[in-house]
Amino acid sequence: MADASKDSSVYYVPHSGWYPVVLAFGVMLMLTGFGAWLNATRAGEPASWTQTIIGFGIVALVLYFWYAKVIAENQEGLANAVLKRSYVWGMGWFIFSEVMFFAAFFGALFYVRVLAVSWIGGDGAKALTGEYLWPEFEPAWPVVANPDPGLFPNPGESMAAPRFSDVGSWLSYLPLWNTIILITSSFTVHIAHLAIKEKNRQKLITWLGITVVLGIVFLILQVEEYVVAYQDMGLTLGSGIYGSTFFILTGFHGFHVTLGTIILLVQFFRSLKDHFQPEDCFGFEAASWYWHFVDVVWVGLFIFVYVI
Amino acid sequence: MSEATLDQVTDHHDDHHDHGPAKGLSRWLFTTNHKDIGTLYLWFSFLMLMVGGLLALIIRTELFQPGLQFINPEFFNQMTTNHGLIMVFGAIMPAFVGLANWLLPMQVGAPDMALPRMNNLSFWILPFAFGMMIATLFMEGGGPNFGWTFYAPLSTTYAPDSVTYFIFAVHMMGASSIMGSINIIATILNMRAPGMTLMKMPMFVWTWLITAYLLLAVMPVLAGAVTMMLFDIHFDTSFFNAAGGGDPVLFQHIFWFFGHPEVYIMILPAFGVISHVIPAFARKQLFGYDSMVYAVASIAFLSFIVWAHHMFTVGMPLAGQLFFMYSTMLIAVPTGVKVFNWISTMWRGSMTFETPMLFAIAFVVLFTIGGFSGLMLAITPADYQYHDTYFVVAHFHYVLVPGALFSIYAAVYFWFPKWTGRMYNESLGKLHFWLSFIGVNITFFPQHFSGLAGMPRRIPDYALQFADFNMLSSIGAFIFGFAQVFFLYVLIHGIRAGKKAEARAWDGAHGLEWTLPSPAPYHSFTHPPVVTEEEAHT
Repeated sequence: MADASKDSSVYYVPHSGWYPVVLAFGVMLMLTGFGAWLNATRAGEPASWTQTIIGFGIVALVLYFWYAKVIAENQEGLANAVLKRSYVWGMGWFIFSEVMFFAAFFGALFYVRVLAVSWIGGDGAKALTGEYLWPEFEPAWPVVANPDPGLFPNPGESMAAPRFSDVGSWLSYLPLWNTIILITSSFTVHIAHLAIKEKNRQKLITWLGITVVLGIVFLILQVEEYVVAYQDMGLTLGSGIYGSTFFILTGFHGFHVTLGTIILLVQFFRSLKDHFQPEDCFGFEAASWYWHFVDVVWVGLFIFVYVI
Repeated sequence: MSEATLDQVTDHHDDHHDHGPAKGLSRWLFTTNHKDIGTLYLWFSFLMLMVGGLLALIIRTELFQPGLQFINPEFFNQMTTNHGLIMVFGAIMPAFVGLANWLLPMQVGAPDMALPRMNNLSFWILPFAFGMMIATLFMEGGGPNFGWTFYAPLSTTYAPDSVTYFIFAVHMMGASSIMGSINIIATILNMRAPGMTLMKMPMFVWTWLITAYLLLAVMPVLAGAVTMMLFDIHFDTSFFNAAGGGDPVLFQHIFWFFGHPEVYIMILPAFGVISHVIPAFARKQLFGYDSMVYAVASIAFLSFIVWAHHMFTVGMPLAGQLFFMYSTMLIAVPTGVKVFNWISTMWRGSMTFETPMLFAIAFVVLFTIGGFSGLMLAITPADYQYHDTYFVVAHFHYVLVPGALFSIYAAVYFWFPKWTGRMYNESLGKLHFWLSFIGVNITFFPQHFSGLAGMPRRIPDYALQFADFNMLSSIGAFIFGFAQVFFLYVLIHGIRAGKKAEARAWDGAHGLEWTLPSPAPYHSFTHPPVVTEEEAHT
């Protein structure tokens, strides 16, 4: 049994199991429930969360059992070098697919900023478009005056960063602090990785714990920013293309930070149980890669959504 | 060598757990075996082919004569939309993933796919996703009716309520494809037998490796597109609404950034299959293996910079039209290399014409016709005339039906002995081929003419001058549809009553899979095999 881990010419093929098919069923239950909720809400009918929650519960439970099983198999020595390399390839290309998911939203942002908004205003060959549709519309970014404010109410103000010279405003600019927090957390998670390599478990637990706390602080500040946007600034999902791109980009990023924080938290509990060895810690490394990925996305967001 | 491999399989697995197939339904629900999962994918795609084909025949029945006879226009729209979606996402793509599951581990000398449990998840998401999508047809307000390209605002502002479920179904299919591609990449890059360098890999492996990268790059973009639709519908955003500063054309750009690589996702594995079948029945090595690999890679790269040729009439700047016209025409170069190499492989070969070879030769000829009509469509000013006519319908059906689908048939007949241990009946197979070949041409060739004469696509009624061409098309469609039901009989006949097949079922076939017994053992290679010169595709 244990020879599988030493002899790289022997492959390990896992047992058949019920996790995948039940997971697929749970996802279906969750999404149809959520779809029904959305449709009922839009129609103004009473809507129920029950099915969505049951579906989500199934998904969460199966994922828990699944990962527990993979971890247990690894500790029994069943996972050989080939399988471990497959995990590395798998995680790397999964992150690539996530990059492409964000690329769709960044692409949408660039397209409307550079092309669509000025075309609605009558730029270039689109003079007649501008003249016939909304002659009052003045193209600018951020779009704080929408083409049709009757359908899409104007945002009160945008999240755009203050002037570079205005140091005082920068100090009270929340996204800057969020940037600092996330970049710091990328360093702390790296220190935790070094701690594994040094076989220093206490150091690992400390720095991984700090990383998780930084992730949670980031999320709290992000919620605070949304509250300010909705309550004080009048900036909502419904306030035209600026609000649309702002919330979809920061929202999906925040969702990924949430996932990343949960993944790091799992690694935190695993480090309490002393699961990681210098030469065998891919669970931690995958979580750390994911964390660096959400950090890089945030830097892109900070530059293109807030600053420029 | 294959006997020794079998013994090693048994030896190794006896010490911890039994690895034979489980009994009954649980074998299929819980399996982690690449052959079981490949079988599931292939049967699922056949079921979807039947469902999508049924919708196509409803369309052709209505179009048999001008005027509205059988169904109303709203239902007609749902038929065209779901026919396209089911055939693309339900029939062609899963069929190729099924082939990948069956063949990749055997061709690279691995015991199974790299991540077998995730492999099972990739498959089992699909029945649930398609269950959701097809169920929308029976909901109040009907199912998706906005065309398989689901352009906003038809799919947002003016969509039926069921679009919400459609969006989630697309998300699920995307997740399935992404996990499938990750699995395929890990299998190919990580589990090749010692000695199988990248440039010794079989062409089917190469084409699937590149296809998997295409899927990884564009399925998340599709997920982004439907997510923006969901937000426009339910959360008041204005991505595709100019009144809020967005742009419906933005949807088209994002969709076709996914959509153009998507059409190569459906044809690159087909190229791989044809590159196995033609050498086997011409009894020669594939001509120009290296250039075949580079051609596939070039086509994959170009597929990312041509998307707006689907949108020439939308009102793009002139510079954009020129760029997308020329980049599109560039694709003809690597594609021409491939067609040249297939023909050169046949040149002076000792050819025989068994069913897989018939489908492969038909592929080369008819896919090339589809390629040429694609070149015509790439010319921007000409496309102003052809856009949204039946010429476009003829074009993409020529590349997808006698292209992608015929290659799948070639693959099924070619590897059938390896999968089942039995030979199909050659006469029945040839009958299936000729019915399909004649049916497909009667169906789609006249559509070139009605399209050039101006008949618009996706319309349930048409002007009288198109009546003859349409009647011909409908007759061809029913011949073709009958041929595919007949294919089911050929399969079942082969599985039940076929002659026993040898390990190397075709004397000209090379590759590691033919060193395994027929049918192949439940686990292909538990210990890596040695790649000999004879089995390497160099």
